[in-house]
Amino acid sequence: MTTLDLLADVRTGDKGSTLILAVFPRDDEAFRYLLPRLTGAVVSAHFGDLVTGDVRRTALPQLPGFVFELPGVLGGGVTGSPTLDGHGKTLSYHLLSLDL
Amino acid sequence: MSTARTTLRLGAGAGFSGDRIDPARDLAEHGDLDYLIFECLGERTVATGQARRLIDPNAGYDPLLDKRMRAVLPHTTATGTTVVTNAGAANPLAAAELVARTAAEVAGGPVRVAAVTGDDVLEQVRRHNPVVWETGRPLSEHTEELVSANAYIGADAVIPALELGATVVITGRLADPSLYLAPLAFEFGWQASDYATLGAGTAVGHLLECAGQLTGGYYADPVTKPVPNLAHLGFPFADVRADGSAVFGKLDGSGGTLTTRTCAEQLLYEVGDPAAYLTPDVTADFAGVSFTQVGPDRVAVEGATGGIRPDELKVTLGFRGGWVGEGQISYAGPRALQRAELAGDIVRQRLHEVHGLATENIFVEFIGAGAAFRGLDSSSDPHEVRLRVTAQAASFDAADAVGWEVEALYTNGPAAGGGARRSVTEVLSIRSCLIPRHLVPTDVHLLEVTV
Repeated sequence: MTTLDLLADVRTGDKGSTLILAVFPRDDEAFRYLLPRLTGAVVSAHFGDLVTGDVRRTALPQLPGFVFELPGVLGGGVTGSPTLDGHGKTLSYHLLSLDL
Repeated sequence: MSTARTTLRLGAGAGFSGDRIDPARDLAEHGDLDYLIFECLGERTVATGQARRLIDPNAGYDPLLDKRMRAVLPHTTATGTTVVTNAGAANPLAAAELVARTAAEVAGGPVRVAAVTGDDVLEQVRRHNPVVWETGRPLSEHTEELVSANAYIGADAVIPALELGATVVITGRLADPSLYLAPLAFEFGWQASDYATLGAGTAVGHLLECAGQLTGGYYADPVTKPVPNLAHLGFPFADVRADGSAVFGKLDGSGGTLTTRTCAEQLLYEVGDPAAYLTPDVTADFAGVSFTQVGPDRVAVEGATGGIRPDELKVTLGFRGGWVGEGQISYAGPRALQRAELAGDIVRQRLHEVHGLATENIFVEFIGAGAAFRGLDSSSDPHEVRLRVTAQAASFDAADAVGWEVEALYTNGPAAGGGARRSVTEVLSIRSCLIPRHLVPTDVHLLEVTV
């Protein structure tokens, strides 16, 4: 068992209610390890009921990196949600706690 | 002017409205820049600007614009660097007049200030009545007061200002990467239909538009990603070639770090589909982008391309959404979370029963016990917890009750609550729609400073 924190970095961005998670494996070996394991379904499950639709994953092997789009997590977005961190900027570090 | 250029150097002067000023001044003075770009506008910033302009017709531009221009204009005028910024926000004309006055005071040479207008499409959306994305209903069916409607305009709105020899260009809701694409397209003579090159230039703009986020800001972690001297983080510049490829750098001696990893993180920032990043200029494709470290704090980018631009322009709508009141108070030591939860229950009950607020509009968070992760990963026994209560209400007074009730916990609530703070802010709800391009004509207004 390992956590994503040991293999990759994560940066979040927001687009309306959608949380965008960009994941950066620390090397090509980590990318190959994560490719079959860090699926959209696994990331979606880690964010539980906050996700309101299908999670789309895009893989960019040359960086290497992945992009995940998580609809609904930012419910209402930065101007429509009362949450302290409306952008969801802190949430990248929630993904880092994912057990693989 | 454009025929002899082989490379062009663009510097990032700001990545958001509240960004630091000294890194831009350092770039202006020592960066040997052709252009210095200030991105100062978020979705909410333009709407709050419109709200300020409704109170004062001469307001509505970025509150830090004067400070920024005072810091850089003496240098940009001396070095022949052109400034481009969207800090005009809701009032580019008033912003240009302010900058002209400031330039006359500090620039030490002639300055030609251009205001680009046309992004304000309040009248057009009222007539065109588009469907609002978030609600799925036509604009006319919304009962809240519409305060602002600003279309994302593109590089083609700025190029005429550069053709007129402007040395400071001030816009409203210009798309962020277009701030950078406009000087590239102008200097290199890129055509509006050359989508592959526009896509490459848009990648350069996207990488620079958040300034310090390319050089270690929003990246640093003291254990996994240590970054030196963030207190004096250097903002990036790019040496761009006529084919749209570029090498990024930062000033020697400035803080931060510029690596293939900082660049990769910024490339995908706020990008949902890397193969289709929509701007007013192009559908940019970042899927094949690669980075190469070509020296210390020097990174080359290549591989971005693009396809045909969208037919319609995105519009940011700002609606008045009432007021939001907020109160916070801290509990620490044994049973901190239990006392904070009791406090939250008391405030929730009183806001409903005494002040008549709707229960569904009251929101309670426990900072330090899982608020940031929205309950996904909460701690049951934190050493210190800060209760935060917010509620939306129709009036200032109703919203003010939130902070009042939190403060009243001092003498009426659980033991040892301390450090209460309260605030009330007006809410502008941001939504989006599309509008056909032909309904958004843009214009350029020149102001000459001859000192």
